[in-house]
Amino acid sequence: MREALSLVVNGERRSLEVEARTLLVHALRDSLGLTGTHVGCDTSQCGACTVLLDGAAVKSCTLLALQAEGAEVTTIEGFAPDGELHPIQRAFVEHHGLQCGFCTPGMILTAADLLARDPDPSDETIRHALRGNLCRCTGYQPIVEAIRAAAEAPA
Amino acid sequence: MIPAALRYVRAGSVEEALAALVEPDAKALAGGQSLVSVMKLRLARPALVVDISRLELAGIETADGELRVGALTTWADLAGSAELRRPALAAISECAAGIGDLQVRNRGTIGGSLAHADPASDMPAVLLALGASVALKSAAAERMVETREFFLGPFTTALAPGELLTGVVVPLPAAGSGSAYASVEHPASGFALAGAAALVSPDGSSSVAVTGIGSTPFLLEAEPGEALAAAEVFGDRFAPAGYRRHLAEVVVERALASAGARTKEDA
Repeated sequence: MREALSLVVNGERRSLEVEARTLLVHALRDSLGLTGTHVGCDTSQCGACTVLLDGAAVKSCTLLALQAEGAEVTTIEGFAPDGELHPIQRAFVEHHGLQCGFCTPGMILTAADLLARDPDPSDETIRHALRGNLCRCTGYQPIVEAIRAAAEAPA
Repeated sequence: MIPAALRYVRAGSVEEALAALVEPDAKALAGGQSLVSVMKLRLARPALVVDISRLELAGIETADGELRVGALTTWADLAGSAELRRPALAAISECAAGIGDLQVRNRGTIGGSLAHADPASDMPAVLLALGASVALKSAAAERMVETREFFLGPFTTALAPGELLTGVVVPLPAAGSGSAYASVEHPASGFALAGAAALVSPDGSSSVAVTGIGSTPFLLEAEPGEALAAAEVFGDRFAPAGYRRHLAEVVVERALASAGARTKEDA
């Protein structure tokens, strides 16, 4: 049986039908075509599927899509205005905060949650915040540097 | 991995949730950070999921000598709470800040975690040491159960069919008390190989509870060294029983030292 779901994704009201058991990440990728949200481990460990749900970073593989009814979801596609890079994205480019890029959307959206709460985090705070985001290219050092630089960048 | 087919209902009130939970194969869903994971692994296959996350059961307040924490209060709420900066209650925020990761703390709730009752989850140790109780509500009645009576075995609690855990009540410790949580985590899962919470009273007496080493978190009823030596400790390929017992001794010592130091800061 399919259920109606209505939510705001990247600023746009979207209405769709999902099975009750559909996970948010699959609704975003398969129903809405927003494949910037990645499925890595599928067991809530790696953070590649991180999106912002009403501004808070969450793992979209560990949420039923129906739990997001009425919420505002931001994926990497909607993180910056068209044609521009968000300061966090720019910092990742400038500081080589990515190699293969698979973990990057999750890293950036987790960093967005962190910087919204703590605009001037220590390296230790940044590392603690990235606990739920794995990078298999082992690029943590430049990722931390990129987030540090984004925090220091003029808004 | 996706959960087995299920029906879903979003509860608009506690009464609605309790009415839906009467169905034998129904499960309450809060933040979903434990339940959705085990549903994906098909370890849990509820026929009906009752989403309680919109109910007004979140919040932290102090009144009448008690700290009351709503079941839907998230780890992030607890970690950031000004109410919990008091050294006597610091174990709660300290423990919450170390649970899972940032994303899990944004969604995971104290009530959901207690009802899930993973034998290695952190917060039960803190609530045991602080002498907390949980509020359980059914369509017919409401009852308070002390946390020491609540955890019956791995993933097994005193929650009866049709009951919903609505909150946690912690008796406020005397002025001049201190509390702390310390753990050694499994580096991959983040769950405690051994965790300990301590509440130290102004007269120097203490209450200590441990998690991760047995079939449930438990209070140490005797002097810690003696109680741990006598405890039935669980072992696996990550941490054999002897190593886990040793870790428990270490984290108990750390929690007691840190809680003891905090007694001087509590007013």
